[in-house]
Amino acid sequence: MILQMSNIRKHFDGLEVLKDISLSVDSGEVVSIIGPSGSGKSTLLRCATFLETIDGGTIEYMGKAATHTGANGAAEYVSPQELRKFKSYYGLVFQQFNLFPHYSILKNLIDAPMHVQHRSKEDAEATAMELLEKMGIADKADAYPYQLSGGQQQRVAIARALAMHPEILFFDEPTSALDPELTGEVLKVIRRLAEEKMTMVVVTHEMPFAKAVSNRVLFMDGGVIVEQGKPEDVFDNPQEERTKKFLSVFER
Amino acid sequence: MSFETMLSTMSIGMLRTIGIFALTLLGALPLGMIVALLKKSRFVVVRAIVNAYISIIRGTPLMLQLLVWYFGPYYLFGMNIGDWRYPALIIGFVVNYAAYFAEIYRGGIEAIPIGQFEAADVLGYTKTQTFMRIILPQVIKRIMPAITNEVITLVKDTSLAFTLAYQEIFSLAKQISASQTSFMPFIIAGVFYFVANYVVAFVMSRIEKSMDYYK
Ligand SMILES: Nc1ncnc2c1ncn2[C@@H]1O[C@H](COP(=O)(O)OP(=O)(O)O)[C@@H](O)[C@H]1O
Ligand SMILES: [Mg+2]
Repeated sequence: MILQMSNIRKHFDGLEVLKDISLSVDSGEVVSIIGPSGSGKSTLLRCATFLETIDGGTIEYMGKAATHTGANGAAEYVSPQELRKFKSYYGLVFQQFNLFPHYSILKNLIDAPMHVQHRSKEDAEATAMELLEKMGIADKADAYPYQLSGGQQQRVAIARALAMHPEILFFDEPTSALDPELTGEVLKVIRRLAEEKMTMVVVTHEMPFAKAVSNRVLFMDGGVIVEQGKPEDVFDNPQEERTKKFLSVFER
Repeated sequence: MSFETMLSTMSIGMLRTIGIFALTLLGALPLGMIVALLKKSRFVVVRAIVNAYISIIRGTPLMLQLLVWYFGPYYLFGMNIGDWRYPALIIGFVVNYAAYFAEIYRGGIEAIPIGQFEAADVLGYTKTQTFMRIILPQVIKRIMPAITNEVITLVKDTSLAFTLAYQEIFSLAKQISASQTSFMPFIIAGVFYFVANYVVAFVMSRIEKSMDYYK
């Protein structure tokens, strides 16, 4: 098991956002998370990537616990130094790309490998160029983020995450900030990663895409996983009323 | 007194003015950053002290602050420190400008999108790395125009050193003008300030341009 999140609880001032959610992801699996806005999808990814702290439950990567349950039932994290080691297991692709604007595309891809993982410049550059090649933007290595289209920036962001050799990659609505004509190029890249058996968790509103690439689909609503299963089951034969209602909006 | 003699006498004052200017920047630019970071401290007491410091500095004239630094040790604590004039002057300037720089830095840091911090965190950068490699360069670019304004103000503010009877260009000009009954020293001083600001503006715009390669 790459990731195991068990009984995760999270609230924001009085509002229960995640209510006892469990999610485990196996090596090579592609999990799509769908659901209405405000259902807690981003919060789940942010808890998995330690951008938010959980109130209760446990998070494990590669069988190693990042949190344990304290005496009072609250989640307790390992020390910050210990926690940093977990960051090499995952990558996160944001809706807003969040590239470093002052770094060239190449520098965006090699800076963390060199300064966080202490790889040699040659090694980091070789990996970076290989990834840019794969993303179809090797000619942009010396450009700066502002010179790229949204679709190209998002592909750089994916490459930046991959340059760290993560075990699992999270995507939070990777195409939602893009003009419709640019979503295709980003989805194609993710689809290709799926074919290469990259372990991924993708929050998305692109239903045909989710259906095509995932091994498993989770439908979240109101901080719980309402339904999950194989994409053909969830999309073509949903069992829960809420799922049916949500999906019907996309059929029009 | 010939024009040449006047000019050479006053050039000592120019050097002293440049000295105040350089030492103030050398001290206040980094100190301001420390103050800006302390203002974000998780300890309430630290934040309260920093806030008090900034509002006192901004709420009182620099001229008064210089007098307090100079006379304070004696009148407040009965201390008799030998020749304290120059240190008091520099401390006064540094402490004053650090407060203004701190506010500029704070504004610059807060203007950086939270996504930059989060992206760096997920990539595993330490807090120090995130600040030094990702945040600070972007902050510097954003705040350059505001820093330029402060630096130009500083060139003119150096003349406040006359408060402590330190003979920089302005004090010297006044003194020579009085003793020689001549208007020339003021013209020399004026030209000096004007040229100094011109140089500062030029240097600052070069620095700004050097960061134009990204948006
Ligand atoms: N930092 C925060 N502070 C307060 N409330 C938040 C915060 N982040 C998210 N929320 C709330 O949590 C709920 C779930 O948000 P989110 O996880 O972003 O949903 P989704 O990604 O499914 O649209 C929403 O009601 C949102 O307003
Ligand atoms: Mg979201």
